[in-house]
Amino acid sequence: MNNFSIKNVLKKNTMIIVMFVVYIFFVIMTNGVIFTESQFTALISQNAYVFVLGAGMLMCMLTGGNIDLSVGSFVCLVGAIAGVVSVIHMVNTPLTLLILVGIGVLYGVILGYLIAFLNIPPWIATLAGYLAFRGAGTEILTSVSTTSAISNFPADFLAIFSGRVFESPAGILNIPCLIFGVLCIALVAVMNFTSRAGKVKKGYEAEPMGYVIGKTILEAAIIGLLTYKLAMDGGIPTVLVWVVAIMVFYSFICEKTVIGRHFMTVGGNAETARLSGINNKIVMFVAYLNMSILTVIASLMVTARFKAANSFAGQNFEMDAISACIVGGVSAYGGSGTVFGMAIGATLIGIINLGMSLMGLDQNWQKVVKGGVLLAAVVFDIWTKKNSGKK
Amino acid sequence: MTGSKILSFLKKYMMLIALVAVVIFFNIATSGRALYAQNITNLIAQNAYVFVLATGMLLCILTGGNIDLAVGSVVCFAGGVGAIMMDKSIPWPVAVIVMLVMGLLIGMWQGFWIAFVKVPPFIATLAGMLAFRGLANVVMGGFAYSVTDTTYLNIFGGGADCYIPDLFAGIGPALTASDGTVMNKFCLVTGIVAAIAIVIYTFLHRAYLRKNGYKLESLVGTVIKTVIICAAIIWLFYKLSSYKGIPTALIWIGFILGLFAYITTKTTLGRNLYAVGGNEKATRLSGINTKMVMFKAYTLMGLLAGFAGVLNIARFVGAQPTYGMGYEMDAIAACFIGGASAYGGTGSIGGVIIGALMMGVINQGMDIMGTSSNYKLVVKGLVLLLAVFFDVIMKMRKKGGAKA
Amino acid sequence: MANVLLEMKNITKTFPGVKALDNVNLQVEEGEIHALVGENGAGKSTLMNVLSGIYPFGTYEGDIIYNGKVCEFHNIKDSEKKGIVIIHQELALIPYMTIGENMFLGNERGKKWNIDWNKTYSEADKYLKMVGLTDSSKTLIKDIGTGKQQLVEIAKALAKNAKLLILDEPTSSLNETDSRALLDLMKEFKKQGMTMIIISHKLNEVSYVADKITIVRDGSTIETLDCKTDEISEDRIIKGMVNRDMTDRFPKRHDVEIGDTLMEVKNWTVYHPEFAERKVVDDVSMYVRKGEVVGIYGLMGAGRTELAMSIFGRSYGVGISGKLILNGKEVVLRSPKQAIEHKLAYVTEDRKGNGLVLTNSIKHNTSLANLKALSTNLVIDKDKEYAVAAEYVSKLKTKTPSVEQLVGNLSGGNQQKVLLAKWMFANPDVLILDEPTRGIDVGAKYEIYCIINDLVAAGKSVVMISSELPEVIGMSDRIYIMNEAKIVGELPASEATQENIMACIVKTGKEG
Repeated sequence: MNNFSIKNVLKKNTMIIVMFVVYIFFVIMTNGVIFTESQFTALISQNAYVFVLGAGMLMCMLTGGNIDLSVGSFVCLVGAIAGVVSVIHMVNTPLTLLILVGIGVLYGVILGYLIAFLNIPPWIATLAGYLAFRGAGTEILTSVSTTSAISNFPADFLAIFSGRVFESPAGILNIPCLIFGVLCIALVAVMNFTSRAGKVKKGYEAEPMGYVIGKTILEAAIIGLLTYKLAMDGGIPTVLVWVVAIMVFYSFICEKTVIGRHFMTVGGNAETARLSGINNKIVMFVAYLNMSILTVIASLMVTARFKAANSFAGQNFEMDAISACIVGGVSAYGGSGTVFGMAIGATLIGIINLGMSLMGLDQNWQKVVKGGVLLAAVVFDIWTKKNSGKK
Repeated sequence: MTGSKILSFLKKYMMLIALVAVVIFFNIATSGRALYAQNITNLIAQNAYVFVLATGMLLCILTGGNIDLAVGSVVCFAGGVGAIMMDKSIPWPVAVIVMLVMGLLIGMWQGFWIAFVKVPPFIATLAGMLAFRGLANVVMGGFAYSVTDTTYLNIFGGGADCYIPDLFAGIGPALTASDGTVMNKFCLVTGIVAAIAIVIYTFLHRAYLRKNGYKLESLVGTVIKTVIICAAIIWLFYKLSSYKGIPTALIWIGFILGLFAYITTKTTLGRNLYAVGGNEKATRLSGINTKMVMFKAYTLMGLLAGFAGVLNIARFVGAQPTYGMGYEMDAIAACFIGGASAYGGTGSIGGVIIGALMMGVINQGMDIMGTSSNYKLVVKGLVLLLAVFFDVIMKMRKKGGAKA
Repeated sequence: MANVLLEMKNITKTFPGVKALDNVNLQVEEGEIHALVGENGAGKSTLMNVLSGIYPFGTYEGDIIYNGKVCEFHNIKDSEKKGIVIIHQELALIPYMTIGENMFLGNERGKKWNIDWNKTYSEADKYLKMVGLTDSSKTLIKDIGTGKQQLVEIAKALAKNAKLLILDEPTSSLNETDSRALLDLMKEFKKQGMTMIIISHKLNEVSYVADKITIVRDGSTIETLDCKTDEISEDRIIKGMVNRDMTDRFPKRHDVEIGDTLMEVKNWTVYHPEFAERKVVDDVSMYVRKGEVVGIYGLMGAGRTELAMSIFGRSYGVGISGKLILNGKEVVLRSPKQAIEHKLAYVTEDRKGNGLVLTNSIKHNTSLANLKALSTNLVIDKDKEYAVAAEYVSKLKTKTPSVEQLVGNLSGGNQQKVLLAKWMFANPDVLILDEPTRGIDVGAKYEIYCIINDLVAAGKSVVMISSELPEVIGMSDRIYIMNEAKIVGELPASEATQENIMACIVKTGKEG
């Protein structure tokens, strides 16, 4: 069996191919509008939260298909608290961030305790938060503001999660952005080739040279295109830095560390995990603690993007995060899934949303399509597993 | 011995006691306004959908803690289609049938994926939640439609006259309540008749049991139970009669709850739902098609969601693309507050009634107290958590902490 | 001469790769208690599953003739309609339902839709009385003990108008008194004309109730003994059960020097996690020396797995008492993690259920129990992991295209090797192997035996739990025999014969 035959490569990367096909479809349908600079920025800034929440949801789902329904409402509550602390009480930015993360940790500890140690089914424990936080967040906002929104966040607060790195006017090539892109391409190329060289040297099964070259060229092209487009539109959006950092960090945790392995094992077979010396309860606890902290970050991103805390912030965010995971091939029963897959899922959904709104399709059809994509992704997953099981 | 009896009594009626306590609390907090006749009428009319949806949700939860997140969207979708049809002057019976059939088909669609393809329920219904909300908006084109057919409104509990008129208005002297309003005598009589019917049924049933040599409950227990139930019914109808009479929504709630109480307790389908949730393997070994049971649960859920759509557009005298948002959470919460197990296999229609009432009383009470709707969400969330927490702790206690 | 109620003719049933039943014939006469005896995996339960329609018509070869007619059962309902009712070893009861509800599950009383609860409960009470239970039929199943649950199962079968009742290991979870009561009940039913088939390991029980005994071995019926005409002794039955050709050959072990005691257990007692009054391990003392293979022989339910798992970081049972001594020092192991740190390994009998993660690769499964050795500051060295997995694949001759292969796609024998690799890599001093060759073919068994020999040659100790006598005798230096939660005998390899070992079990069975 050749793992690198064209058929197998295509099979392994179905979702990536689907993503490209969908993208090209929208390029044609929108007469290239989706390919313009500003749409690249829009795609990133509109969907940044999905990546962040998706990473947290991924960790929860890995432990056995568990989910967190409260993230959307918690985003709203954290935004409201941020507004009160930062705008109303004029607490300086570092202390504000500290307080918010503290609130995230507090909720995470409580939630983790309920789920991991009291065995309350996750979706019920988080359903309570779903209701309560939306109410609490809205209440805070309405009590301090007639428009039930807090704006006028200090600039240094907003700058952390919005705007651009080394901003330059649109239409003028942003040099730092380009340099960064070139560095990234170089890094990817070096990593691809050294990894292959390492495998060959140690006598492991290595990819054919042609595959590595093709992969590197493709990756370089994507990064190059992305950075060029962003450079033309004023530079790298700050949220992109956050997203990339979080993606890299969680990829690393999931794939390279003992912690990630523990998550996969608990979801794959809880009893085996226990008998292999893993403390399942701690793993569950960490999953939900981690989710809450990431939710705080997502909340800050959203608040910064709108430059305001709103009572409707975060609506349906839990659904977006879950969809990203499922479309990205994370098993709904736990035990398998990657950060990269989740990111592809999030991007695909983002492209569909953006493309449809550019085509002038209304919000409503977008919902229908989102639902259809989600169902199709699960059925596809179940179907492929069934087929491979029959062999 | 009596100590443990009291404990088991408390455990059995915990939520009922909690409900009474909550009612008393709100009655004091609103200095008696919570129990005004009008407020009780509103409580029923406003929460009709919770009763209907929670009934369907119970069926799904029984099969193993499965839920349906799509119900809110289905309510909106079916309601929207119905409202548009009536707007186009299609007679309302046709519209009602179309709404019910839509619910049924949606239920079958979701049931197919869940039961036969084994898509996890929360994902299949999450997809439905998105898609049907979208479709609802698409068919309504973002507009609100109003329903003007008064027959329809009167029958399904909307508008100003959705009450059973006082058929006895001209007969006998007019009764007036303490605040001077004229009482609906028909309503009052219905309540009394219902109470008498219950008493007669209870004793006939006892006689039947005795005749056939079946086991009997203690006479004192039966009498106390009957008296309490009858008193509650008469009180309720007394209150209703001193407003406008029996709201038609109450009839529908009674019908749905009665029907599904019958299905869950007295039919093989009901039994199978409990069995699948209790021990799927054992059920299969008893020769029951467990996939079909799951399919039926979601199909019925769909049908009930369609019916909730019917009630919903009547109540709001029209349809809007935002209707039904968050209904799934109300239904789920009502089931759990009513003691359904999150792992399936236990739960009852009686519990659903208590759970839905609890949610309704909290809604209503806080409205009257003038607290903001935001606090309602917070309280609802906490009540839900408390209910589940209580359930889990009770089970842990029973196991004697054997599971380390 | 009684009528033949049931005849199963030339039944053959194949699972992928294994012939579970090979030309089996069975004749049961009306009104008798017919016992099926045989070792684990001999094919008794498979045969009964064929009979009751769990393996539907068409998935096996041969004929079932019941009441003079050839029958085709497509599901359980079909066989139940004819009055064939099976009571499974694991009880098929739903804990949060009442006795009455359980009794009529799938067989509800009343009209087509409508369940008549009064009739249900009064009939349930009637059947409960027939099995000698005085509890109300409105009691929840979870509130009664296993003994009573077993009786409820029988009442449930009676409610289905059973003419032929099949009991699969009915006493396996019952204590002595409950077991005896159940057997007496069976005799009572026989007087009323019921026909029964009982599957059991416990020979004393079989000879107490059975009229005829059919011995099953390796998927075939060996002989049927008639208790009236034949001279039945337990020795005779044992011989039939175990006297197979020694097709399982065992690799010769090179002289391994047996050293000091490595692990010792003293007065070890464990209680059942759900039925807190039941002892599953009762005052067991045993030891293992360096370089030794110690066999623990016992039938299923004797407490072997419970003993092993309770030693391994208290991963089973409650109220554990006794001393565990490793390398001369008493230790208390509270979790599997601590057990692994103290160089113990438990290789489970249930490799799919709690041994392997089937959706993960060979590589990930191999490294699971000892990720510490492959990581620095929690970061896993993937190259090293790959190398380790590849090394074990070649060392244990696991047949796989690559170490990235998902374990779920491997055959049973190769899965067992991955499981062994996982625990060998954890670098233990003592390996407890629970049924290491269950469900794998002869060739793979031989290879597993070779691995065991290599392990002791490398100075490890092996405790091998098995219910296959030839294997225990062929592989062990010393054998403990376990029965009903106790160690009932200890034999050195030189004295271990099949008859000696079975005699130990029979002797204690009689005492009880």
